[in-house]
Amino acid sequence: MAKEIERAGIPVAHICSIITISQTVGANRIVPAVAIPHPLGNPKMPPAEEKELRRNLLLKALAALQTPIVEQTVFS
Amino acid sequence: MGVAHGNRKYRVVHYVNQFFGGVGGEEKADCKPFAIQGPQGPGRLLEKLFRDENADVEIVATVVCGDSYFAENQESVLREWIRPIRDHRPDLVVAGPAFNAGRYGIACGAICSSMESLGIPSVTGMYKENPGVDQYRKTVLIVETANIVSGMEDAVRKMVRLGLKRLRGEEIEFPKAEGCFEQGIRRNYLHAEPAWRRAIDMLLRKIDGKQFETEYPIPFFDRVEPRPAIPDLKGVTIALVTSGGIVPRGNPDHIESSSASKYGKYSLDGLATADAGTYQSAHGGYDTTYVNADPNRVLPIDVFRELEREIGFKPYPWFYATVGNGTSVDNAQKFAKEIAVELIRDGVQAVILTST
Repeated sequence: MAKEIERAGIPVAHICSIITISQTVGANRIVPAVAIPHPLGNPKMPPAEEKELRRNLLLKALAALQTPIVEQTVFS
Repeated sequence: MGVAHGNRKYRVVHYVNQFFGGVGGEEKADCKPFAIQGPQGPGRLLEKLFRDENADVEIVATVVCGDSYFAENQESVLREWIRPIRDHRPDLVVAGPAFNAGRYGIACGAICSSMESLGIPSVTGMYKENPGVDQYRKTVLIVETANIVSGMEDAVRKMVRLGLKRLRGEEIEFPKAEGCFEQGIRRNYLHAEPAWRRAIDMLLRKIDGKQFETEYPIPFFDRVEPRPAIPDLKGVTIALVTSGGIVPRGNPDHIESSSASKYGKYSLDGLATADAGTYQSAHGGYDTTYVNADPNRVLPIDVFRELEREIGFKPYPWFYATVGNGTSVDNAQKFAKEIAVELIRDGVQAVILTST
């Protein structure tokens, strides 16, 4: 889906747990997430800390959209 | 047994995931790797079919690992488990079959690939759309299987056939004859028909509009060039899309928990957070306990709103969701094309897509 939306002309930041799958399907701006059952969170953290983690991931995705790239790039 | 092969006994180590290893379903996908003696689950069928072929094969050990655990700890699992597998002195390592299970397919490919680099023959099996195929087809022999578990016997039969050849050091035929994916190896052989006759035959078939098959398929890499960056996000409309299955409670559009045939479009208007009372995950490919407790863990509406205020981008008032679990590539492409048409129509300039 990342690739097809990008093909249509919109840049996509893909936040995902399994980077290799994202690379295989052809996403261009890839942001590694935390874990499969909670990509943008961590139930072991206190709520405030967890939200900070999520915020940082989203900031990374936004930064990825602002970064010029020429090929698939993992923003870790 | 092993009549024609001097009673040679072969040792096989089999790799399976938590489901086929009998540990449990998705709720056990974080299960750490462990080994047990002898065959387990599909390993019994594997051993039986080997013996049906008069091969004295023993599955000496089965290594089991949870799919999520492997995906999240691939390097350490390989580092810690290659040695114990090798210590079993396997003549062959068999992994899977993984059918259309993405994490499992990648695990099978990674295990086999590590074995091959140590000189230990291996074989695995996957459905053609499993992401493990593209990643490992060049280094690993992967037989083509159905996308569902009901194709087990056929898959194991193909793996046994190819596995036996590897055990006996017999020549591996062309991928089509072996029922496996192409590794991209070119090999010379003498064809019964000269090239000019084959070329004319092919041309005539083409002119007649009949089916013909090229002898030299051109590899097709479908890549999309990255779109230009957006230097300043102020005022830019950004949409949230997820394959993690976040839907309103009760899943009103009945998006399937696996092999999704549709997606949903839901309002973000006035939402400050993805509340657990309002949203849930319809995904059947991961343990949804944590996400159902806080759907922001997949669809980060809470911090999206915070950053909207701080950075000044404009959230698109809708989000799109589907379930990326064994979903066919055709369907995923179709969803994305339809979604993109609406996004472009509504002036969306960037997308954040979240996947589990």
